[in-house]
Amino acid sequence: MKKEGVILIAEDDEGHFSLIKKSLQRAGVCNEILRLADGQETLDFLFIKGDGPKRQPDKEYLLLLDVRMPKIDGVHVLEKIKQNEELKKIPVIMLTVADDPHTIERCHNLGCSVYIVKPAEYEDFQNAVKKIGLFLSFVEVPRIKRTEREKVK
Amino acid sequence: MREEAVILVAEDDAGHFELVKRNLWLSCVENDILHFKDGQEVLDFLFRKNDGVKLDENGRCVLLLDIRMPKVDGREVLRRIKADKQLRKIPVIMLTTTDRVEEIDRCYELGCSFYMVKPVNYNKFMEAVENLGAFLSLKWLQVPQIDGAD
Repeated sequence: MKKEGVILIAEDDEGHFSLIKKSLQRAGVCNEILRLADGQETLDFLFIKGDGPKRQPDKEYLLLLDVRMPKIDGVHVLEKIKQNEELKKIPVIMLTVADDPHTIERCHNLGCSVYIVKPAEYEDFQNAVKKIGLFLSFVEVPRIKRTEREKVK
Repeated sequence: MREEAVILVAEDDAGHFELVKRNLWLSCVENDILHFKDGQEVLDFLFRKNDGVKLDENGRCVLLLDIRMPKVDGREVLRRIKADKQLRKIPVIMLTTTDRVEEIDRCYELGCSFYMVKPVNYNKFMEAVENLGAFLSLKWLQVPQIDGAD
């Protein structure tokens, strides 16, 4: 990922968020990392709605997405993203404790990039995220332009 | 990812393929690695055409896909995979020398999981593949089961 690219982490658990952030940084990731605390905040950010932080046009984004979150769950967020002509280009990594085959299958069908179950052990979790970070440093991410609706505004 | 999942590598450059295979092994990937020399070969495998090796019923795989290849290029392979109801679940990682922004954009639009540019520097290339291997060998990474192409 280029330096300007932003890593979005949709995660309601603050402890998990700081573990993910720290482990990514330990892997040498120096991109901006932005936390979105639930599904609604994530959709508002991406679809440029509400009062919170919003997506900037012509920027690169990658999303780490939890499944079980208040208000709107991650599967629904994934569905909304992949239905949008422009936003569907965003690579979405599911990172969640949800390990039931039905949810995993559903997310693969909807078009997540990969589905990773959060390891139960703290150290495994740290190591897994570190490996995700090392891999991401070699990944190119697309720029997300203005969507048709934004142009009209 | 689980042991029985197969890593498919579509790569016309034999030297690049050897390097990819060796460095995946170095990062402890224990999965079978299958090589396809062009886009047609990988499509035949996935769509179960011809008499050669075919994707197992209920098989699991990930695909590392080059773009510039003879017969059918990687972008067309990606398009055909993502247009199929079953095969579209396969995680496809583009691994290519092309770093054009339009190409990156187009491949994500078609539904690739990730796009990696092969570093020109040999050591960097090895490092990139090793990191890819370490990522793929995470046992928590779920690879979808493919019930067979339509």
